[in-house]
Amino acid sequence: MHEANSPLIRLAKREGMPKGKVWAIRGASFLVAILISALIFLLMGHNPFGAFGTMITGSLGKKTAIRQTVKIAIPLLGTALAIAPCFKMRFWNIGAEGQITAGAVGASYFALFWADKLPGPVLLVVMAVAGAICGGLWALVPAFFKAKWGTNETLFTLMMNYIMIGVVKWLQGGPWEGRPGSQIIPQFDSAAVLPKVLGVHCGWIIVLILTVAMFFYMKYTKQGYEIAVIGESEKTARYAGMNVGKIIMRTMFLSGAIAGLVGFIVCSGADNTLYSGVAAGVGFTAITVAWLAQLNPFAMVGISVLLGVLDKGADTLQTQLNVPASISDIITGIFLFCMLGCEFFINYRLIFRGSHKEVAK
Amino acid sequence: MEPVHAIELRHITKRFGTKVVANDNIDLTIDRGEILSLLGENGSGKTTLMNMLSGIYLPDEGEILVEGKPVAIRSPKDAFAHGIGMIHQHYKLVEVFTAAENIALGLKGKEHDRKAVAAQVQAISDKYGFGIDPNKKVYDMSVSEKQTVEIVKVLYRGAEILILDEPTAVLTPQETERLFNILRAMKADGKAIVIITHKLHEVMDLSDKVAVLRKGKYIGTVNTCETNPQKLTEMMVGHAVSLNIDRPQAKYKDLRLEVKGLNCRNGEGLPVLKDISFQAYGGEILGIAGIAGSGQKELLEAIAGLQKAESGHIFYYPPHPNSDIAGNHVPVDKAGEELVGKTPGQIRKVGVSLAFVPEDRLGMGLVGGMGMVDNMMLKTYKDTPGPLVDRKAPKALAEKLIDELEIVTPGVATPVRRLSGGNVQKVLVGREIASSPTVLMTAYPVRGLDINSSYTIYHLLNEQKMKEVAVLLVGEDLDVLLELCDRILVLCGGQVSGVVDGPTATKEQLGLLMTRVGGGKEGSQDA
Amino acid sequence: MDINSNAVLLLIMAAVLNGVPLLYGTLGEILSEKAGNLNLGVEGMMFMGGAMGLGAAFYFEGAGGTSGVLAVILALFFAFLGGAIGALIYSFLTISLRANQNVTGLALAIFGTGAGQFIGEYMRVTSGGYVAVSNDLKAVFLNSPFPAALQQLPVVGPLLFGHSIFLYLGLVLTVGMHLFLNKSRAGLSLRAVGESPATADAAGVNVTLYKYLATVIGGGISAIGGMVYIMTIASCVWNHEALSGEGWLAVALVIFCLWRPLNAIWGSILFGALMILYQRLHLGFIPDELYKILPYVVTVIVLIFTSLRNSKDKQPPNSLGLPYFREER
Repeated sequence: MHEANSPLIRLAKREGMPKGKVWAIRGASFLVAILISALIFLLMGHNPFGAFGTMITGSLGKKTAIRQTVKIAIPLLGTALAIAPCFKMRFWNIGAEGQITAGAVGASYFALFWADKLPGPVLLVVMAVAGAICGGLWALVPAFFKAKWGTNETLFTLMMNYIMIGVVKWLQGGPWEGRPGSQIIPQFDSAAVLPKVLGVHCGWIIVLILTVAMFFYMKYTKQGYEIAVIGESEKTARYAGMNVGKIIMRTMFLSGAIAGLVGFIVCSGADNTLYSGVAAGVGFTAITVAWLAQLNPFAMVGISVLLGVLDKGADTLQTQLNVPASISDIITGIFLFCMLGCEFFINYRLIFRGSHKEVAK
Repeated sequence: MEPVHAIELRHITKRFGTKVVANDNIDLTIDRGEILSLLGENGSGKTTLMNMLSGIYLPDEGEILVEGKPVAIRSPKDAFAHGIGMIHQHYKLVEVFTAAENIALGLKGKEHDRKAVAAQVQAISDKYGFGIDPNKKVYDMSVSEKQTVEIVKVLYRGAEILILDEPTAVLTPQETERLFNILRAMKADGKAIVIITHKLHEVMDLSDKVAVLRKGKYIGTVNTCETNPQKLTEMMVGHAVSLNIDRPQAKYKDLRLEVKGLNCRNGEGLPVLKDISFQAYGGEILGIAGIAGSGQKELLEAIAGLQKAESGHIFYYPPHPNSDIAGNHVPVDKAGEELVGKTPGQIRKVGVSLAFVPEDRLGMGLVGGMGMVDNMMLKTYKDTPGPLVDRKAPKALAEKLIDELEIVTPGVATPVRRLSGGNVQKVLVGREIASSPTVLMTAYPVRGLDINSSYTIYHLLNEQKMKEVAVLLVGEDLDVLLELCDRILVLCGGQVSGVVDGPTATKEQLGLLMTRVGGGKEGSQDA
Repeated sequence: MDINSNAVLLLIMAAVLNGVPLLYGTLGEILSEKAGNLNLGVEGMMFMGGAMGLGAAFYFEGAGGTSGVLAVILALFFAFLGGAIGALIYSFLTISLRANQNVTGLALAIFGTGAGQFIGEYMRVTSGGYVAVSNDLKAVFLNSPFPAALQQLPVVGPLLFGHSIFLYLGLVLTVGMHLFLNKSRAGLSLRAVGESPATADAAGVNVTLYKYLATVIGGGISAIGGMVYIMTIASCVWNHEALSGEGWLAVALVIFCLWRPLNAIWGSILFGALMILYQRLHLGFIPDELYKILPYVVTVIVLIFTSLRNSKDKQPPNSLGLPYFREER
């Protein structure tokens, strides 16, 4: 065949790449991300080895550092778990940010106004339940319209984020304001603060339990099966006699409830108060966590810890090397880009002109 | 020295992935002033081969000569430059564009402004005799109009070699005849025409030569006047095949389904079923014929509880418990179960055993990304108690089907999407039959299947009929319907335009009923 | 007539001021979505555009540049460049590497807001805590380019001639994009790519090229919106708090406009009005903070209403969000 007849590179789909090779490619993407980040450090005039060293020691070097890292990873993991069933159903819930906030509002209500009326453990349970219900109800709104009229859920859930954050801003400066004019909601009573286990608030135990529960739920329950069928094809689900609208609403409530629980964990365990930045972008970052984990709960643990390390490490960079804290978003972005891009080399084959051999990368 | 061919393919090979060889070392010539039929079963590589001429795929090996010169066709643009135009089976038109916008798409140069396009479209229309409104939006067009736009589009680009992929699949017999006349006019005009098909009567009717492919290999080219359907079939399949379909008679027939004055509207509020009335009996195959989109899909979905009925009734009569044991056929003596207003789940709950093999197998009947086990429990997963799924019984069923229907699959967990078309259909039909239905509805059950798999399916349908199941069969190949069905109900524009007797009806009769809108003896029964 | 006494006129002027950044953000995203690419990274690109545009003006002046026109051109160019770089990353991942558009867009939002914030912070730190552009230069960005005589005409003066240069550029861009999409052959090809890439491909349109160009240019245009926000509303000071949310509103506006550039003009002004209504129209019983969520509430209502009616001409591009792979089988 004439060499000039074919383009330089052609693509072909492939399935069933051996596991080892898959992980080699993912590892390579990791290296590429590190290299690009190193380049950025160089451009900024820092020694990349020193910078990475600072990030590693800053995030994992000491017990306190590890605790901080875990604290960052907890809401990421919890929210990724919340998103997983929606994404499995191909319901693009990008409203976790708002659902976390709604959950935090529900929990804060009891923390602020019921702390002296309820005994400690009961108060915490009530806060958790209130957070889950508020998050769930907030998620139920777009789900209802999706089920009823097919309203685009991506944009609906997105808008709901900003509505809820606006509500919290109002609470901050209005009915729940502490010292008049402060625009700050007072600190919770100590009874409304999650107890610590091994130096970190016990939210980490809750999300780890959730991880196992979510894995089990998706794989072995009838509801998990229904979610998977709808994700593949709504038509098939109807054909099978499933009530698609009901399942969408049920799943979204569950998802919102878990996100709401995360909201409770964050405001009770980490912040000890409520403010409009309670979700702090976790709702968005968690989407990428869930996606990169291919909705596998156990993989989410690894990825959220990785992002926790990046975040905490970048934080240390700021204090030690005087680098703006936003470097953490940049590095996180680079890692996400590389990990998103590498899936291509797992799902497709590149064929170069003049050869019929498989080229992995 | 032979005369120069319009197109010559030499040693063309195309692979998909590492395992699938779609075309294996194929040689083929195409000449001007001739209609060539490219014949082969589904999956024999006809479309893949022609896609390499139209620039959709690139061959892995071999060369293509146009007018004797080797050429590289890297894109559809290159194909047009060499005068090759292809009309794909799935029309490549932008729905929200007008005919003229679709025709002008991708063209460069001043001579293609709006007015010039309209004028030249008119000239082409006049020359070959098709009417086309350049300003009509594609979403407002009928299938036949869309096809016309496709043909004008390639002619506008100066195509001298036209390739049509299964052009008649969605046309009525009358529309087909009109298309054939246009193609004959083009042939007289000196154009080279290739039609990809698996319908033998079309091959005999239209073409000058037939090239046959089988499993990606080139078998040979024969002159149409020197061959016959039996010989062609043997070339296609590789061994002698009986082209006859059995039509056994069931011992008993009793009323199973009764549809009365059924009306439905689609999602856009347009009526799709108008005043449909008919009866279906256990122990017969009731064929449902009609042009694509005449309401066949909606009718089956309405019975299955998937399509909301606006008015009318669907009554289900359970088989009498004594009829098949003692042989005493007891006539219906009780009121039927009303199905209108029930969801598929509710229909199952009241004990109606409907089985439904929809047209869209992987998009509706099965979950493409799941293995056989998970597909087996699609309708039954709720039957076990507790919140957890039980995969034991479905697994056993999957293994049983693999065994009985000779389904080729690497394993019960392999996503069914990766199976071949015939095996996918066996999985679906097998599951539906395994639910021991009393009514079995199938839509286009052999579409895309090779001849052997098709006969397996016909056999399964007959088996069900002999078990006194009421079989409803929506089909597109009228020859098959006439050979297999006891009665054939014809739909036209959402209405019943007639019910005919399978053994005595003719194709012409069906063709007329398929195009007659309203009037006459609609909804009549002759059973 | 004293224009200051006219509350309605003031409201309109403020609405336009707040609407112009959204107009750019929306136009860019329309171009991208018309080619089938749902880029949720608008927020990030607007951050990058805002920071780079501010940087361009700041360093231009710092280097002794005095020409206001040149400063505006540089700010436009660097803002465009910032967004285009972001969109190029997105394009490479979603078009060439076929990554999921939703997730890649979100990753771009994270990256872009970080990068914008980083540049803004970096400038602040390196220039001794405060990024200051001279008042003369601020005026060039904020004030109308028309002679004072025209601006002082009663009512029509401010209404027609009293806005910043960016409104007029934006209007030209809008009309240009409208003509391009609906009248030109390239626009026809672009829409075909967004509706049905396989059809466009079969007709000889270079799908990959069109998708790249539409997304990258669209990203650049969106990013200009971020620059306009910083240089006009935020008075040439890096203010990420104020800028955040603009990009998401732009994404919402695209739907509100039914993917039509001309609708973006009044759509963005309406949203601009909703954003500042709390300053102009005090209703005692509604707190300011709740007023501020109005644009989002309105978008939700529009979303619901568009899903209720079902018109073929008012739907998103058919292949929006889907990757294209020719050898699919």
